[in-house]
Amino acid sequence: MKYISKIYVALVFMILYIPILVLMLFSFNATSNTGAFNGFSLYWYRELFRSPEVFDALKNSLILAISASCIATVIGTAAAVGIVKMKNRVFRSSLTAVTNVPMMNPDIVTGISMMLLFVAIGTFIGLSDKLSFWTLLISHVTFCLPYVILSVLPRVKAMDKSLPEAAMDLGCTPVRSFFKVELPVIMPGIITGLIMAFTMSLDDFVISYFTSGNDFQTLPLLIYSMTKKEVKPDIYALSTLMIIAITILLLLSNFSGSKDEIDRKRHQRMIRKAEKKSAVHTQNTGKES
Amino acid sequence: MKKRSLGGSIAAAPHVVWSIMFIVAPLLFVIYYAFTTSDGTLTFENISALSMYQDIFITSVEMSVIATFCCFLIAYPLAYFMARASERKKRVYMVLLMLPMWTNLLIRTYSMMAILDDGGFLNTLLLTLDMAPVHIIGTKGAVIFGMVYDFFPYMTLPIYTVISKIDNRLIEASYDLGCNNLQMITRVILPLSKSGIISGITMVFVPSISTFYISQKLGGGTFELIGDTIERQFQTPTTYNIGAAISLVMMILILISLAIMNRFSDAETSGRIG
Repeated sequence: MKYISKIYVALVFMILYIPILVLMLFSFNATSNTGAFNGFSLYWYRELFRSPEVFDALKNSLILAISASCIATVIGTAAAVGIVKMKNRVFRSSLTAVTNVPMMNPDIVTGISMMLLFVAIGTFIGLSDKLSFWTLLISHVTFCLPYVILSVLPRVKAMDKSLPEAAMDLGCTPVRSFFKVELPVIMPGIITGLIMAFTMSLDDFVISYFTSGNDFQTLPLLIYSMTKKEVKPDIYALSTLMIIAITILLLLSNFSGSKDEIDRKRHQRMIRKAEKKSAVHTQNTGKES
Repeated sequence: MKKRSLGGSIAAAPHVVWSIMFIVAPLLFVIYYAFTTSDGTLTFENISALSMYQDIFITSVEMSVIATFCCFLIAYPLAYFMARASERKKRVYMVLLMLPMWTNLLIRTYSMMAILDDGGFLNTLLLTLDMAPVHIIGTKGAVIFGMVYDFFPYMTLPIYTVISKIDNRLIEASYDLGCNNLQMITRVILPLSKSGIISGITMVFVPSISTFYISQKLGGGTFELIGDTIERQFQTPTTYNIGAAISLVMMILILISLAIMNRFSDAETSGRIG
């Protein structure tokens, strides 16, 4: 049994990685042959760095991912806090259902539905370029929102309700208590949501394909247009660089997993401290009355 | 007290507005386009014209069902073995599984094409080994293979998460009560991992049935799936309406199958997908 499991896991991961490794190998090929290796060269990388398109696309992707994930995180965090406090059950469950729609729907449907809206609005206002950076940004915020809410909501739900109450008893305004007490407690959820939104936005192709204009090309869109033409190893080189970047990010996030642990412990300590304080406080007020 | 709770839920207001404007309104537009002609008059022609696309619908459903089933067959044992591994190994396996998931789908599909292509790596290898080259790109098998390759990590992850949470004592108890290895899996692990399987199926089936990149690249343009058809209709504004009708039908099909599947899972074990 032990051997079977080891062999099976090794085999599956091998099949999963062979295409990626072959692609990386051929990015160093001296010729444009994609079947046989004709010697090591960095020709395709030089070729890649010579084209300004790649840097533009990378810059665009980063600008888009950063702005979309930040907007989605702000709206999503506020939404999670608000949803928990909603009294009307029907409204709350229908809002959660609508929120989950972009997550359940195929990307292509989300993409074309937003494209139809943008084209209709653009025609109504009379824009010449109906699709632009702004429509792309709106669509990215929309599909990132459910992921942010999904990672913040459990934190808000699990938070001790007496914490903000204690803060307000001690004279905080609701807004101040949110920033001073609630926000630090739900912060790990917010950060997870932000990272998730960032990577989703960076990675998206299908929705961007339908909602982007001609003047703003992201990296996945560039790859798509590159693979439409003949097979050339410069795509391999670009892919190799992207895979290396992802590997570094993934390893880093795995290391910072332990840092997260420390953060969580610190938060727990803070919560316990606050709990003690609030307990003492209620005792005192109890005595006074 | 009343004032404070109102003040709290007001925080969701931007999200409510955003959802209405950019989730609900676009879907209403899809419905509107599906039932109108390109000059805006009401019609059922787009829906009735869908019989033309019947074959494409059937092929797409067939291929994505096969791909989903293959994903399950590959992913379930993998998830099980991963969940039963030591903590240190689990971490390594997770990184190995996550890396392809973080790699862009286009790149993964493209790398698969680079291997399977007529002049690609596999055929060159076969020729050097004095074997007959194989023609794979452009067949249904290639597209299904691409779907399985691209999406099976999405099946593995939810199943793995559910299995790792199963209480070890339940497994021990089943052995104590006389189960052999197979019975332990079919009677304990499998029923308890149902929710993971269901979210895994959703995460593979939905992108498989709506893909257009995989069929474009690995299908070699020889046949169309629903995704390709929709993508083609949205290239020119005059066919937006028929494209919207196809999308609407596909969306309803998916929603119905999701609802049926959620029925299957017990009310208490069914979690939200994600």
